[in-house]
Amino acid sequence: MESWIERLKEILPEKRVMTDLADRYSYSFDASFGEYLPDVVVQPQQKSEIVSILKLANLHKIPVYPRGQGTCLSGGPLPVYGGIVLDMSQWPKTIDLRPEDLIVSVSPSVLTADINKAAEEHGLMYAPDPSSAHVATIGGNLAENSGGPRGLKYGVTKDHVIGLEVITPEGEIIRTGGQTIKNVTGYDLTKLIVGSEGTLGVITEATLKLMPKPPAVQTMMVSFDKVRSAGEAISKTLTSGILPSKMEFMDQACIQAVENFKPIGLPVEAAAIVIIELDGHPETLKIERKLVEDIMKKIGATDIIIPKTEKDADEIWHARKQVSPAIAQIKPTKVSEDATVPRSKIPDLIERLQVIKEKYDVEIVVFGHAGDGNLHPNVLCDKRDHEEMARVEQAVGEIFEAAIELGGTLSGEHGIGTMKAPFMEQELGEIGLDMMKRVKEAWDPNGIMNPGKIFAEKSQKLVLRNE
Amino acid sequence: MRKKARNWCFGMSNLKALQEKLNYDKTFDCVQCGYCLPACPTYETMERETHSPRGRINLVKMVAEGKGTVQDLENPIEKCLGCMACTTVCPTNVQYGQILEGAKQVIDEQKVKSPTQKKLEQFLFQSFFPSQKWMNTLGHATWLYQKSGFQKVAQTLGWTKLAPNHLDAFERVLPDLPSPKRRKKRVKRYMRKRPASAKVAFFTGCIMDSMFFESNENTIELLLRSGAEVVIPEQQTCCGALHAHSGKISSSVDLAKKNIAVFEEENVDYIVNNAGGCGARMIEYHHLFEKGSAWYERALTFVSKVKDISEVLVELDGLEFKCSLDKTITYQPSCHMTNVQKVTEPPLELIGKIPGVQLKAMDRPDFCCGSAGVYNIVNYEDSMEILDVKMEDVCGVNPDGIVTSNPGCLLQMKLGVERSGKSNQIDAVHLVDLLIQADPQPK
Repeated sequence: MESWIERLKEILPEKRVMTDLADRYSYSFDASFGEYLPDVVVQPQQKSEIVSILKLANLHKIPVYPRGQGTCLSGGPLPVYGGIVLDMSQWPKTIDLRPEDLIVSVSPSVLTADINKAAEEHGLMYAPDPSSAHVATIGGNLAENSGGPRGLKYGVTKDHVIGLEVITPEGEIIRTGGQTIKNVTGYDLTKLIVGSEGTLGVITEATLKLMPKPPAVQTMMVSFDKVRSAGEAISKTLTSGILPSKMEFMDQACIQAVENFKPIGLPVEAAAIVIIELDGHPETLKIERKLVEDIMKKIGATDIIIPKTEKDADEIWHARKQVSPAIAQIKPTKVSEDATVPRSKIPDLIERLQVIKEKYDVEIVVFGHAGDGNLHPNVLCDKRDHEEMARVEQAVGEIFEAAIELGGTLSGEHGIGTMKAPFMEQELGEIGLDMMKRVKEAWDPNGIMNPGKIFAEKSQKLVLRNE
Repeated sequence: MRKKARNWCFGMSNLKALQEKLNYDKTFDCVQCGYCLPACPTYETMERETHSPRGRINLVKMVAEGKGTVQDLENPIEKCLGCMACTTVCPTNVQYGQILEGAKQVIDEQKVKSPTQKKLEQFLFQSFFPSQKWMNTLGHATWLYQKSGFQKVAQTLGWTKLAPNHLDAFERVLPDLPSPKRRKKRVKRYMRKRPASAKVAFFTGCIMDSMFFESNENTIELLLRSGAEVVIPEQQTCCGALHAHSGKISSSVDLAKKNIAVFEEENVDYIVNNAGGCGARMIEYHHLFEKGSAWYERALTFVSKVKDISEVLVELDGLEFKCSLDKTITYQPSCHMTNVQKVTEPPLELIGKIPGVQLKAMDRPDFCCGSAGVYNIVNYEDSMEILDVKMEDVCGVNPDGIVTSNPGCLLQMKLGVERSGKSNQIDAVHLVDLLIQADPQPK
């Protein structure tokens, strides 16, 4: 056994240093693509342990890959160069809520949904709501800058972080930001770290902003016979002085997939549906509901369903949740993208997707958080079929291109990781990307923190096939 | 260099055969989203991905691809409770049960066993569990009471973690067993003079009938008072769940055939059981046969009649509870009833009908108690860690009684009560026992 692994066993309790093949394989993947075997998996529970691990890694030039619960959809925690997986999910969980300040300090292993649950006990909320919030750790959310349906009104993770404690790649403990809502002291390192995908350090504590929990919500489901009208409905609503908390889009393929899977009574004839959630005071909601209804009618909605009870509303959101399992019935492998465009360009993006689908003869369904321009085109395929996967790779590449051409971005909420790294230069330009690389080099001179992510190697391409 | 996972060992043809046994194709249904992690008791107590559903499925895939050996699978698969909580939360409907059973079979086949060990296993799974005579004998006195004998069996089987003090723990919580005479006296057919509301065949279950004979008697009584006619086919045998959990699929198939044939002879509306684990096995009998085959069709007919006692009592709706029980009750559902049979409401509905009972839900009732067939005997320490988590939730609602719907859970909950020093405060009972306590009378 390598000497540095022996040294790890001195730094950490023995059961928190895993070298068995079965254990290492169990940390070789995340929820995206690719499988890379680490040399060792460690589960630190104290800052001093991480400091020692990072110092050791610098000494021996061993890559270190921080990981939460491995729900990442872009390859963030994948140990592409082997080395050490730093499993942060077993870190002690602490939620220190200060309702009077509307802030909460959390440890990185806390599940995101648990933060919201704790806040709700005080009439507050933690707004970011990625669909994996009940599984994913806040540490992972911070690293990837995760979003969620409520991003439309409340923004993504970075909009709710005011301070961090970080261990730098060289093993030094620093604090960024603070505990105040306003803070303009120096460079905003907090926002630099959030979304840096574990390439600039290990987050060991975060101070998050909380908001008053809206007293009521109102759900609506609107059907359209043209995708373009659905797009228009979104823009019209948002420019009429109303900001819904969610505006979710499902195309016909998704609607039909859900109905084939478990019939819920969705309109299978509709070209698209938009599910809207308004939040606020009940009286305001009554007015806003009426306004939205009028807008939808004017645009030519074929049907508007306003659930009478909470249970009926839950059923509509349940249908939205069924999209993932339902489309998995079409084909087993799902390449879930999060290309995001300016909201007015949603119909254009959907048209481009249609063209790409036909050009490469691949199955693409579209759903997502259309209210903020963040769609989830899902390419459905079978990873055992290498010929098909080659076409999927090309199709995905073209989806990215389309998003950038329409003035959008590669990733609205999943992150770059390994999968989108080859496309970074297209969006950022050569110099833009180089400035990012220089930041990385300044923070991590030995390149040990999560190497292989964000920045592509020379001639690296998107690969969805395992040899 | 980028570190791609490597292939090793195995020739191509061997690998193909192995892939088939391991249900390799089914592993692709897992998209590795991780939604199963918070539902998995062993991921929580063992604190590593290796002991999570997603981790296990991935390892099965690795082994099927020749990137690891069957030996690498052994520990993670054997430490799985098989509670199936992951299947209920899985967004893509992964057939984890089948993947798990395939892996167990492969592990069982590749294990090097001594001749004595083989002989004992043969006895245990082919003669012991399926035999009513043996199970009755066991019920009479032997099972855990003759611990020296059982211990020997266990040690030869490699269940080495079984130390005498563990058996003591189980022994302390065993109910009083009925005399052999009472057992013999049980009627096999209860006819009715008035037209019956339903004709029911009762599947007694091996463990249920040997260790919880009284509960079985109560089950029959409840059915009769509900207006049903009850038969207890004598030739019925073990459901085969324990066999399948131990990787002995072919014996499990034989037992299924025997039960299907025996119950076919009785023209009944329901085949009723009161053991969540047995029920779960039986409603999946058709999975054991090839689609379209004659046995498959016969299994389907059998399966359509299999019901938990709580479902049938709710459906018959023939009871009125005369005695008020001044108690706070919490319900610990059987995992197999929740996650495989998908029966969740009927037991709660029945408890709700008892006057005076306050039903208080514990935190995370669907978290397994750690009993899981013979898991608590084979993996005693791991099981106790899970039980301790469960007991914390139980004590959180401060109940007078815990109600369960499966013999394994019942024994485990009794043990949990004992371990947390609450024997004087909390009583663990089977649902049917609670119902009988409330003096049910025909409506």
